[in-house]
Amino acid sequence: MDSRSFASLRMTRIKLIRFTAGEIYLEKFKLTGVDLWYNEFKALHSINMSIGANEITAFIGPSGCGKSTLLKTLNRMNDLVEGCKITGEILLDGRNIYGNIDVNLLRKRVGMVFQKPNPFPMSIYDNIAYGPRTHGIKSRLKLDEIVENSLQGAAIWGETKDRLWRSALSLSGGQQQRLCIARALSVSPDVLLMDEPTSALDPISTSKIEDLVTELKQKYTVVIVTHNMQQATRVSDKTAFFLLGEMVEYGETDRIFSMPKDKRCEDYITGRFG
Amino acid sequence: MKSKILLVITWLSAAVTFSLLIFLIGYILARGIPYLKPSLFALEYTTENVSLLPALITTVMTVALSLLIAVPVGVFSAIYLVEYAKRGSKIVKWVRATAETLSGIPSIIYGLFGWMFFVSFLGWGLSLLAGSCTLSIMILPLIMRTTEESLKSVPDIYREGSFGLGAGRLRTVFRIVLPAAAPGILAGVILAIGRIVGETAALIFTAGTVAQVPGLLGSGRTLAIHMYALSSEGLYTGQAYATAVVLLAVVIGINTLSAKAAKKIAKK
Repeated sequence: MDSRSFASLRMTRIKLIRFTAGEIYLEKFKLTGVDLWYNEFKALHSINMSIGANEITAFIGPSGCGKSTLLKTLNRMNDLVEGCKITGEILLDGRNIYGNIDVNLLRKRVGMVFQKPNPFPMSIYDNIAYGPRTHGIKSRLKLDEIVENSLQGAAIWGETKDRLWRSALSLSGGQQQRLCIARALSVSPDVLLMDEPTSALDPISTSKIEDLVTELKQKYTVVIVTHNMQQATRVSDKTAFFLLGEMVEYGETDRIFSMPKDKRCEDYITGRFG
Repeated sequence: MKSKILLVITWLSAAVTFSLLIFLIGYILARGIPYLKPSLFALEYTTENVSLLPALITTVMTVALSLLIAVPVGVFSAIYLVEYAKRGSKIVKWVRATAETLSGIPSIIYGLFGWMFFVSFLGWGLSLLAGSCTLSIMILPLIMRTTEESLKSVPDIYREGSFGLGAGRLRTVFRIVLPAAAPGILAGVILAIGRIVGETAALIFTAGTVAQVPGLLGSGRTLAIHMYALSSEGLYTGQAYATAVVLLAVVIGINTLSAKAAKKIAKK
């Protein structure tokens, strides 16, 4: 699909309005019966869920429960894994992302921040400008503007504005991760996927990133995978609990952590296993 | 007691290796430097003045031409194997096995092949072109393998980061992966240059031994062959040693230069 029809799709975007507990929200993703195999191994079992726009949704669960796998289906990063097969339907703004769409444009709309900070081995400026350049922006003025806005959006402009041409690898781990968030923002996505973005960071950097995530909610839909349950309670609006490739429970974060309905979920969040 | 003996053995081995190297270089320098006169760098080779300058220029031309052919082919095939082909597919296995076999073949066999194919069959005669083509086949597996290894050593998180921003595979490979792999690729190229500069057998069959700066289809001799010719003729052994000194200097020069280049790229 070419970019023009993609743009028109965005304008006529279907917004489903749902009522849950008296609250109105816009649906960003809708997953119906999503199964996923890595070769013979079935990693996800018929996942059904809808993810609200401008909300922070947390995926929690023990290692190997499929939460990262599910996250990566949302921007088709699993396409890169050999032997990975997905069935079911994932709608982004009403349009099936496994249908006839341009994957690169999907990934532009659905940005990703990874577990380990992965700035490219180039300057801070070039790291941020890489995305816009990929999508055809060449004007230096425009790039300057994007770089500044993105770095500001990720709350790292103050620390980097005097060293934009230094290598991104000269930054600390926490700064690198915020740089990666800025990099994801540079292509103006709708959605940010975060795969345990703080698991490699110290507590101070972690809290900076958490503050940032809460702020990002104004403009973006955020889906965050986390091992850290305090983190889920601190930042997220909704929480989904996964176990062995199944979504066991999904709901308001406050409710999940105060009155979990499922015994397994309760055992996990009270620390009885995991 | 036992450990002491082992210590002595390791120490002795190190000492022998080191002193052999020093002796070798010292011997060449001692024999060659007295003959290293400005007249050896005359533009023309004559039977009275066995100038090495034509051979030096031919060496540079041979290196450049061989790399010009082998580096793109080797690097691109490695990119295909690592970035595009399915991991563990049959093609990959075949190409890899072929490359490994090729790198184990003695250079004289390349020479024989080059003579049959480029010199006779294609009718290029003993020429710079035939010699460089032969050498580029010889160094191709080396460049492919080192490129493959350095591409593989680029962490996948870089690739993911690039794909995650909506970049396609082509852009990811050329903007992110290749620059990160450049120092390793350069190391392979340096090794390849070493092979070319030191090669004689394959070149005698394909590029001949004329001591002039050749055109593309003219015969010419590299420094190594110049040395071989001088010492086998037996009239100018001193000059042969002087050539060895220059060859040594060239190799050391190339190595330092490329090490610097690698450092510069790595810093970026």
